Amino acid sequence: MTTTVLPPYDDVVARYEPVIGLETHVELGTNTKMFCGCPTEFGAEPNTQVCPVCLGLPGSLPVPNRAAIEATIRIGLALNCSIAEWCRFARKNYFYPDMPKNFQTSQYDEPLCVDGYLDVEVDGEMVRIGIERVHLEEDTGKTLHVGGATGRIHGATESLVDYNRAGIPLVEIVTKPIPGTGAKAPLVARAYVTELRDIIRSLNVSDVRMEQGSLRCDVNTSLMPAGGTEWGTRTETKNVNSLRSVERAVRAEMIRQASVLDGGGRILQETRHFQEDTGDTRPGRSKEEATDYRYFPEPDLVPMAPDPAWVAELKAALPEPPRVHRKRLQDEWGLTDLDMQSVVNAGAVELIEATIAAGATAAGARKWWLGELARRANEEGIELSAVGATPAQVAELQQLVDEGKLNDKLARSVLEGVVAGEGSPREIMTARGLEVVSDTGALTTAVDEAIAANPDVAAKIRDGKVAAAGALVGAVMKATRGQADAKTVRELILSRLGVEG
Amino acid sequence: MSDLTKLTAAELAATIASGDVSAVEVAQAHLDRIAAVDERVHAFLHVDTEGALAAARDVDARRANGEELGPLAGVPVAVKDVLATKGVPTTAASKILQGWRPPYDATIVERLRAAGTVMLGKTNMDEFAMGSSTEYSAYGPTNNPWDLGRIPGGSGGGSAAAIAAYEAPLAIGTDTGGSIRQPGAVTGTVGAKPTYGGTSRYGLIAFSSSLDTPGPCARTVHDAALLHSVIAGHDPRDSTSIPQPVPDVVAAARLGATGDLTGVRIGLVTEFNGEGAEPGVMAAYRDSIEALTKLGAEVVEISCPHFQYALPAYYLIAPSECSSNLARFDGVRFGLRTGDDGKHSLEEVMSLTREAGFGPEVKRRIILGTYALSSGYYDAYYGQAQKVRTLITRDFTTAFEQVDVLVSPTTPFVAFPFGSRTGDPYQMYLADLFTIPTNLYGGPAISVPCGLSEGLPVGLQIMAPTMADDRMYRVAAALESTVGVLTPPAL
Repeated sequence: MTTTVLPPYDDVVARYEPVIGLETHVELGTNTKMFCGCPTEFGAEPNTQVCPVCLGLPGSLPVPNRAAIEATIRIGLALNCSIAEWCRFARKNYFYPDMPKNFQTSQYDEPLCVDGYLDVEVDGEMVRIGIERVHLEEDTGKTLHVGGATGRIHGATESLVDYNRAGIPLVEIVTKPIPGTGAKAPLVARAYVTELRDIIRSLNVSDVRMEQGSLRCDVNTSLMPAGGTEWGTRTETKNVNSLRSVERAVRAEMIRQASVLDGGGRILQETRHFQEDTGDTRPGRSKEEATDYRYFPEPDLVPMAPDPAWVAELKAALPEPPRVHRKRLQDEWGLTDLDMQSVVNAGAVELIEATIAAGATAAGARKWWLGELARRANEEGIELSAVGATPAQVAELQQLVDEGKLNDKLARSVLEGVVAGEGSPREIMTARGLEVVSDTGALTTAVDEAIAANPDVAAKIRDGKVAAAGALVGAVMKATRGQADAKTVRELILSRLGVEG
Repeated sequence: MSDLTKLTAAELAATIASGDVSAVEVAQAHLDRIAAVDERVHAFLHVDTEGALAAARDVDARRANGEELGPLAGVPVAVKDVLATKGVPTTAASKILQGWRPPYDATIVERLRAAGTVMLGKTNMDEFAMGSSTEYSAYGPTNNPWDLGRIPGGSGGGSAAAIAAYEAPLAIGTDTGGSIRQPGAVTGTVGAKPTYGGTSRYGLIAFSSSLDTPGPCARTVHDAALLHSVIAGHDPRDSTSIPQPVPDVVAAARLGATGDLTGVRIGLVTEFNGEGAEPGVMAAYRDSIEALTKLGAEVVEISCPHFQYALPAYYLIAPSECSSNLARFDGVRFGLRTGDDGKHSLEEVMSLTREAGFGPEVKRRIILGTYALSSGYYDAYYGQAQKVRTLITRDFTTAFEQVDVLVSPTTPFVAFPFGSRTGDPYQMYLADLFTIPTNLYGGPAISVPCGLSEGLPVGLQIMAPTMADDRMYRVAAALESTVGVLTPPAL
């Protein structure tokens, strides 16, 4: 294999203009599958959530899930789309072992939602991204290759299929091509997927977890010479399963395509796969020899004609868009744009909101989520929401601090216990004996002991060197394992030694 | 007891209900008849002796308990092997499903069981219902009880022959382009295709989803209506099923049996003027028109100019849908698997399985449909055929503004000898010339015996508007009241 020297990114964007496009698949969080009554729980034993319909057994027929249609319309409305007055499903025909019927019931030329847009903010600038269509389809099953070293089909001795996922409703959201973003193309792609994820989460129709595959993204990228008008050949990068990867994949593909074009080569229209470990893309099958899907209207289903009154009702009931919602919260919390951005980036908006709702101040809630907890989430590489603390627990912790029962240091220890699942902050405080000691009797004893043990220091203080009191405070803190309130200790020392503070 | 097999379904039900005979005796009589003649007729692919007797015993027990029984309780019925029957082999007469036992019942089978009918077994058919002679069954053809050297029609030849041979009083067929009516006509029995969506397709192994319609086969119009009323009605598991009440076809059949058709307007399709049809068939057809006129019907000619394009449109739509519907037969999850020896890739296993499992007519139609749907040809073929379908529907709608029903011969020719058309697919496709327009439109149609030509039965087809199934039963019963029920020569 020859090594190609890749051009630097700045150089690429100086000479080429990218056009990107995104196709996002979202698994809906409906209780049952798209065309049958099977449950959709994630992670169940293989092939336990199946029936004749989702297994495609001879004679079985699909019946559409109204909840899935409703969720799709709501997504379309939230993306400013028009909802079709009349549309239908089509069959996308191709052979694949994990697709029970060897055709996917999807939508083709008559999607449920068309022609919308989504505004996203990149570096303080708004970019309007056109939405081509939002449609509904069914997911396939999953193939597992066993017996080989890599888990891939090469070298495997057997292939097993799990059809639990087959038939789960899947919404596909396709953008119009996005030209004119220049060097920001990777950031725009990332910002779009982030915003889309937030919108879908706010609609409460999917848990949109990229790492679990409930939100999956394909990124189309092409380059044309700077100042050009004729778009280049695009590639479709699949397997992009984190926000960071969306950004990296666009960037990597721009650099790779520039390198090919620089060498006088031609970009092949093909599917590529993003490699998480190396950050580059590798070719899949070529689109030039791609399957002819032989789409035709699904004859097993009658066309859909969503009642306009129903659509209007759904539109009126849409939640506040996350961007508007965030702006409102920012004002309420009194945060700068930069502070708010770090809250958003940490995925802490809803957590902080819920913590405030549970009784904490905005500053208090933000402090714990963005401090201790965000640090832990980062270290463990998990979502903040999965770190092990609930908004109610954080609110309780802050309340204990406000009441003077915990100081900062003790509160951190309590939080450790919360994350470790030891119980509520109050329970942990009691169980671990972490409450601030403010009982003057017990503290006086400790202070007297410290004075007796350090006669030199005591003498200095009596002589008026008040600053020396710090050494005695330290000794008392040590003796009380940090549970004393430092301010009270200092006052006690000065008063026992007859010195004004 | 052997004459139990000569009784109609209505008579059998009455006899069982009165306690004169038990359901078990009735079932046994038919099982005995099958044992005696089916080696020559080959109407059945699978006889479910145990299941039939168990169901019959259940009916007898319920009767003994004083439970109210349905109008067909204890009556035997044969089911075309294209409907899923739980635990009972279901093959669609294809090698690719040899030995498959579905884990579920088709809705129609459920309804048959709930009504207390006794399922005798599964009847022979053209593979995946593709054919007009039952010669394309992977398990060998069915022979016409009228002449064992001739075809029994197709694809439901097994169901029609079982009835004509007195192996069962009732049978279920499925009609995609005429597969209930055409075998009915050539075996001298009654076969009705209900309104599309009037009977559930859930559990019917799909050939062409937008056309497939399950329906009744019987020896009398009244029996067909009784069976129709048991199996029809909305099914929430089939989204194309019509959520409307079923017309009272039994009452319509009784009304027709009085022989009075006063006030009924019957349309003759101008374009079905006899071209391509045998003279004997046309003679029997004209005789039946005269008979209907004598019963008081008013007869007028109606032009349906697009009917001439029905056959080509059908032979694009049906194969297109079948190419997609049959894609699930790939050896991955059920049925036959060939080439799984560790030396072949997954794609090769799929390909070898389909090569070994499908017969020639199925392959021909899959190839036709794959071609018609391919991206460069979709508009020219599938798209164009759908437009024709719309025009044919319009012809029907216009016609039914002027008449109550349309009539035509069911088939252009009587039962032909084996092998006489298998060499020329187009000649075979012509067998469904008169029946296909109704499938494209979706309305109901029935074939009722209307006479003989060269000693073989001829059928009259009566077509009605969608959800007006009762009209055709009335006219069919009236014709039956003058022509009578045909009796085949003894086997």
